[in-house]
Amino acid sequence: MSSRIVILGAGTGGTLIANRLRRSLPADRASITVIDRDDRHVYQPGLLFVPFGLAHADDIVRPRSRQLHDGIDWVESAVERVETARDAVVLADGREVPYDVLIVATGAELAPEETEGLTGAGWGVSAFTFYDLPGASALAEALPLLDGGRLVVNIVDMPIKCPVAPLEFCFLADWFLRERGVRDAVELTLVTPLDGAFTKPVASAALGGLLEEKGVRLVTEFNTGEVAYGAGGRGGTITGYDGREQPFDLAAVIPAHGGAGYVLRSPGLGDALGFVPADPATLQSKAAPNVFAIGDASDLPVSKAGSVTHFEGEVLAGNVLRFLEGRPLDASYDGHANCFIETGFSKALLIDFNYDTEPLPGRFPGPAGLPLLKESRLNHLGKLMFQWFYWHTLLPGRDIPGIGAHMPTAGKHRPDGGPQTSTQKEDPTA
Amino acid sequence: MSTAIYAGVTVDVNDEGFLERPEQWTREIAVELARADGIAELTDRHWQVIEFMRQEFFAKGTGPTVRALGKSSGVSVKELYQLFPKGPAKTAAHIAGIPKPKGCI
Ligand SMILES: Cc1cc2nc3c(=O)[nH]c(=O)nc-3n(C[C@H](O)[C@H](O)[C@H](O)COP(=O)(O)OP(=O)(O)OC[C@H]3O[C@@H](n4cnc5c(N)ncnc54)[C@H](O)[C@@H]3O)c2cc1C
Repeated sequence: MSSRIVILGAGTGGTLIANRLRRSLPADRASITVIDRDDRHVYQPGLLFVPFGLAHADDIVRPRSRQLHDGIDWVESAVERVETARDAVVLADGREVPYDVLIVATGAELAPEETEGLTGAGWGVSAFTFYDLPGASALAEALPLLDGGRLVVNIVDMPIKCPVAPLEFCFLADWFLRERGVRDAVELTLVTPLDGAFTKPVASAALGGLLEEKGVRLVTEFNTGEVAYGAGGRGGTITGYDGREQPFDLAAVIPAHGGAGYVLRSPGLGDALGFVPADPATLQSKAAPNVFAIGDASDLPVSKAGSVTHFEGEVLAGNVLRFLEGRPLDASYDGHANCFIETGFSKALLIDFNYDTEPLPGRFPGPAGLPLLKESRLNHLGKLMFQWFYWHTLLPGRDIPGIGAHMPTAGKHRPDGGPQTSTQKEDPTA
Repeated sequence: MSTAIYAGVTVDVNDEGFLERPEQWTREIAVELARADGIAELTDRHWQVIEFMRQEFFAKGTGPTVRALGKSSGVSVKELYQLFPKGPAKTAAHIAGIPKPKGCI
């Protein structure tokens, strides 16, 4: 009997899981349908470079449909809602798509309107986000005009996509302002709700040190309450719920994130923020056994990153096959994440971690590999190469040679000589 | 792990003073925990949040974040900060006798 596999979203996760499944399932065993609201696939890690003129829109957008292999049905339409009780997806035009297995890969959405005042007169004038293409392109126009004053990088709330991108933005802004000879006239500040530069202690200390070295002020435990703009939207003030104020001339804002809007219209599918609760080791949703989630759309306690999505893909593809055959699922996704962190001046740092082990120094993927948690030119080349790997290895759903779904431990060490597994072990299911 | 006495009851607490066993919690204990957090009197609005936190914890195994609280507890984020000025998710979890909410990743 042929099964109907329906995949919502043709971004990183939807594309790579469709291609993986098509390779392992003959056409008479299953049909695979992928649904997305548009046909423009943005290489999102490239957004970071757009404000600095280091990448342009044309370089980072390709048609979604062309990334899908033969034998995959492509539907260009917005999803209106999912009804898990009757195994059906309802599209915006009223059409219904029934499924035997559903994979939710609709990512995370920006919600700037959730912050009081943020989308007022200064939005697109003196406050921008580089987290989408229109915002990053507009910032590329505004940034070269900044000759002095205050540049504030503001993370409104967690979780966000790629939690290191705001740090990278600071490092690149420092470089950009120096190249233009105006660095001394600009006060550069990172304003974050976290209690440090990053979420995990060893990396947080290393990244905090780098911020300090580059003269970036760090304001922590700041919960953004509202934004008020000056006359004509020029400049303004960000006020925290505790009353602290951050005046700015130019602000790069990372707005609050939520799941795709239709999730909240789908009974029982998502949590209060629209993310889909799923088993952290199998990726099966808690909404129904035949519904799975991959990438930014899930509520898993992992970074929302393309590398995470890629590693999840390997485990999820296996689990969809197991589910179709009625076999027990493989509970082996370990939370593996791997991120290059661009630090400016053609250098970058690399971090590699999972549910139990925080990012540690050493080398990756083994003792002779790339340096971890340390700036190097080699890592910068790695970051640039990631774009090639993205289109040619990640999206086709292939493995990167020598880098598997599970986090490697050879080559890593704790700075205090303690055990690798993190001391603050947390229950990944909690 | 150590113990502490609130409202005459001995309870297990962690290094940060959060109850280790949410089932040991009572409303009387909550009143004393609130005082320790600088909240002299728990109003109906406080209780609404505290009870919601416990419900969520027992249903999902983890307390909600501030934004999730603002969307589903019936109390806006702004008011949450007025009720629990030192940080709603953390303070309300402490008073509700459930573990400190996990930082995000
Ligand atoms: C600035 C920035 C920098 C980043 N840097 C890195 C990096 O260096 N390394 C890294 O690994 N990751 C990075 N990421 C994160 C990475 O891009 C994401 O984690 C990854 O793309 C997630 O894939 P996904 O499939 O879950 O979501 P997406 O790729 O975002 O795809 C979601 C898809 O769902 C579709 N969709 C949503 N709602 C609907 C609907 N109602 N109907 C139909 N379709 C819908 C969307 O159109 C979209 O195509 C970065 C992200 C940003 C924003």
